[in-house]
Amino acid sequence: MQRVDVTGEPVPITARIGSLVNPLLDQLPSYQSLLYRRKSSTSKPKRRGSSRNRLGSFGSGKSGVNTITKYEERQNGQTLQRPVRELPRTMAEKRTDRDQRLKQDQKLSRWTQRRRSTHRYLKRLREDAQERLNSLVLWRGDIHLIEGMFGTGILSYFSFLRFLVMLNLLIFLLMFSFVMLPIIIAPHTEGNITYNQADGSKCSVYPNSARRGLVIFHEHITDLLSGGGFLEQTYLFYGYYKVDAVRFPWFNYNLALAYLLVTIAYILLSLIWIVKRSASGFKRNLIQDVDRFQSFCNKVFAGWDFCITNENAGKLKRSSLLYELKVNLEEERIKQKIADRSRTEKCRIYAIRLILNIFVIAVLAACFYSIYWATIFSQKAQLDQKKENFMVDLIYEYLPSIVITLANFITPLLFCLIINFEDYSPAFEIRFTLMRCVFMRLTSIGVLLFSLWSQITKCKDGPCDCGYNHLLYSCWETRVGQEMYKLTVFDFIIIAAVTIFVEFPRKLIVNYCNCRLAQWWGQQEFAIPQNVLEIVYGQTICWIGTFYCPLLPAICTIKYFFIFYIKKVSLMNNCRPATRPFRASSSNFFFLVVLLIGLALACLPVLVGIAQINCSQACGPFVNYTVSWEVVPRTVSELPIGIRSLLFALASEACAVSLFVITCLVMFYVIALAGAHKRVINQLREQLVLEGRDKRFLIEKLCQAQKPPTVWSSPSQPQPRTSRDSRGSRGSSRSPSYHTSFSSNYNDAMFLAHAPPHSSTHV
Amino acid sequence: MGATASQLGKDVLSEYQELTFLTKQEILLAHKRFTELQSRDSRGNLNPRVPTETILTLPELKSNPFRDRICRVFSTSESKDGLTFEDFLDLLSAFSDSATLEIKSHYAFRIFDFDDDGTLDENDLKKLVNCLTGETDDTRLTPDEMTQLIRNILEESDIDKDGTVNLSEFQHVISRSPDFVSSFKIVL
Repeated sequence: MQRVDVTGEPVPITARIGSLVNPLLDQLPSYQSLLYRRKSSTSKPKRRGSSRNRLGSFGSGKSGVNTITKYEERQNGQTLQRPVRELPRTMAEKRTDRDQRLKQDQKLSRWTQRRRSTHRYLKRLREDAQERLNSLVLWRGDIHLIEGMFGTGILSYFSFLRFLVMLNLLIFLLMFSFVMLPIIIAPHTEGNITYNQADGSKCSVYPNSARRGLVIFHEHITDLLSGGGFLEQTYLFYGYYKVDAVRFPWFNYNLALAYLLVTIAYILLSLIWIVKRSASGFKRNLIQDVDRFQSFCNKVFAGWDFCITNENAGKLKRSSLLYELKVNLEEERIKQKIADRSRTEKCRIYAIRLILNIFVIAVLAACFYSIYWATIFSQKAQLDQKKENFMVDLIYEYLPSIVITLANFITPLLFCLIINFEDYSPAFEIRFTLMRCVFMRLTSIGVLLFSLWSQITKCKDGPCDCGYNHLLYSCWETRVGQEMYKLTVFDFIIIAAVTIFVEFPRKLIVNYCNCRLAQWWGQQEFAIPQNVLEIVYGQTICWIGTFYCPLLPAICTIKYFFIFYIKKVSLMNNCRPATRPFRASSSNFFFLVVLLIGLALACLPVLVGIAQINCSQACGPFVNYTVSWEVVPRTVSELPIGIRSLLFALASEACAVSLFVITCLVMFYVIALAGAHKRVINQLREQLVLEGRDKRFLIEKLCQAQKPPTVWSSPSQPQPRTSRDSRGSRGSSRSPSYHTSFSSNYNDAMFLAHAPPHSSTHV
Repeated sequence: MGATASQLGKDVLSEYQELTFLTKQEILLAHKRFTELQSRDSRGNLNPRVPTETILTLPELKSNPFRDRICRVFSTSESKDGLTFEDFLDLLSAFSDSATLEIKSHYAFRIFDFDDDGTLDENDLKKLVNCLTGETDDTRLTPDEMTQLIRNILEESDIDKDGTVNLSEFQHVISRSPDFVSSFKIVL
């Protein structure tokens, strides 16, 4: 069989065999220099020495002991040794290594010995502690099972869910310990709670919404589901915290300030934690070559999930890998086709894209308008207090949620349909559709809040008296909190209902009914992007609502806890993994980016609510202030003069402008540095190719020079004095050369004896 | 030979902890599973080396297309057949969560090197891709696609342009591959 090398030229077989036995390459200085590099690859010279004598054996080398000890000595002379377990050798070799090191350690002074042993002991303690911590991680066994059955793509969804549970738990603990705990423990520690008194103005009228008299049973359920009635005047909502300050015996606890600062703290905490988690993925995405979206090496070398234990999952993984490779190869061909497009085709495609994008915008506008209308209708219905019917009342309450859910169900299907006509490359199609869905989901919450805001700040005749519509909304924060509460509850109900009433029957129908409709519908696929958008949507609501409904993080924690089990059961029983593969690495990054977008979008309403809208005079901790933010300036003005002037100086324009200028300078420097590094890398790459060619050229010359029987060493050769007169021993042993490999087109067969082990460049 | 975990002495356990990346629990679990495999071995319980067919009955390896290569690479016997307990620990250590990228890429290279010649040439890559996609005719790539794929792989990873991927090039391309660490993992 004629073998061709990468440039397509045939390589003579004799030359190829000859190249494999070229031990001269082991003596090249470039290879020797690899040994001295501390962070170099882990193939040891001992292996190369032994592999000359054994056929492809990587076992323990008994030969070349001199090589080993000399190398060890050189290594011990260097400052830091690599731990034994980081060497890719068998257990027996590692044991001898360690024993040798210990023996050498005994030659050192006692002080160094003791330091080393304490170092080892501390390291072991740390590892034990980490092992114990790891065993406490939530859902470890479940996630391991899912990983074995479905691979790392779906695993990333579940670990993302776990992350959100921990995040919400932390936010709740923050809120609880700084806002609720002082109120709860004040009576027990002789604290004195000063409540905000109603000052009799018309703004501070707050009718009690608790139900009186005979309460019909279903009204309790309505209250539970809508956050009204008996739930309104509880710790659940902002309005209950009518506390101005809690006076403990030893200090004065300003609850209003604490409430505000905790809000800012939880937003910052979420931001820092998400950024920390996404940092590694972000770095990797930057390192990857920007012009290649698909990295074939990544797909082939890292394609198989070694953690898969299930036979079916293995089959599915194979088919999804095949699909992925085919798609990417096709994408290359499509890119070629796109580059070859004629001008008329381009115009046609751009025109189609423009029309479709206008259509998409029109659909989005229609959805947003319907959400706006639904919110206003729902608010009016609640305020009019018309009691028609239990179900109708509930529907009026939940109208915004219903409309949002419907819109978020229909629009992704529409987007998937439209993208087929826009003729993008497959990878871009996926991304673009996802971005549109993300935009739709998160903006729908924004529209809901906007419509609420317009209701709250619009009064019938001109500007409002109290700054907000106190006739309709005596406590508007509680009302906003109730809306967020309703959204959360409805979201959870929908997820549970879809799983129980859609996915289970679908599985039953597909499995037991043989009609064509069932075959066409097919089994449920676990669509990761849509599921992720669902939970990011829920988390965004939680971030917005925590200021108005302090117990919302606890509710969200419980909600995500149950969603984990619902999704897990649904996955195990109903779903098959998606045929379109979702890479674990890029998916982690994608999840966190979408979460960050959600956080950014959540900050906006919270900030507007804190800083712009006048806070209610009838409820909440900020009764004595016009806007909630006013707490901070008032507190700062009560601080001692030194701190106050420091804070003013930090917030002044001079400081801000100079900080901005410095940041810009640092950024420019870093960008220039990155550009310089890139250029150096390109130069080094070219140099490597040239070096390879140089080596081949020199080896060829050497072979040519070998042909006459007299020993002649070419002056340009790096190793001068190896005796090469015996031409006979073209060894049958194959020496696996790990670092230099030659398959180039030699014209002559090469016969080189094994060089004696004590040549000048051989260690 | 019983199957109790208390068979492993404390100093042996700590020695294994030092020489591998496994935690104490993982080593004990590995010992338990290995003794189970030994008791299933038809040749009797006293053989310290479990033959490859028995090892391949482990659920973690059964559905892995590289199972034969894995057993070959980690075996220390002359005939490359069968693993002792220490070989088994080496295997789990290389595939564990805390193993370094260098170790993983080194062993991955050896696993993918089907002809054991120290480089990944075209045939190795072809066999690798066929392992990934499936062995039957309808699950293979067409020959054109295969050549296109191998050309792309070599373009990305072959730095010195000699038509094969050697260990340093492989490790270099793996260091830039984001999925490798999470996919090259076996946990009992």
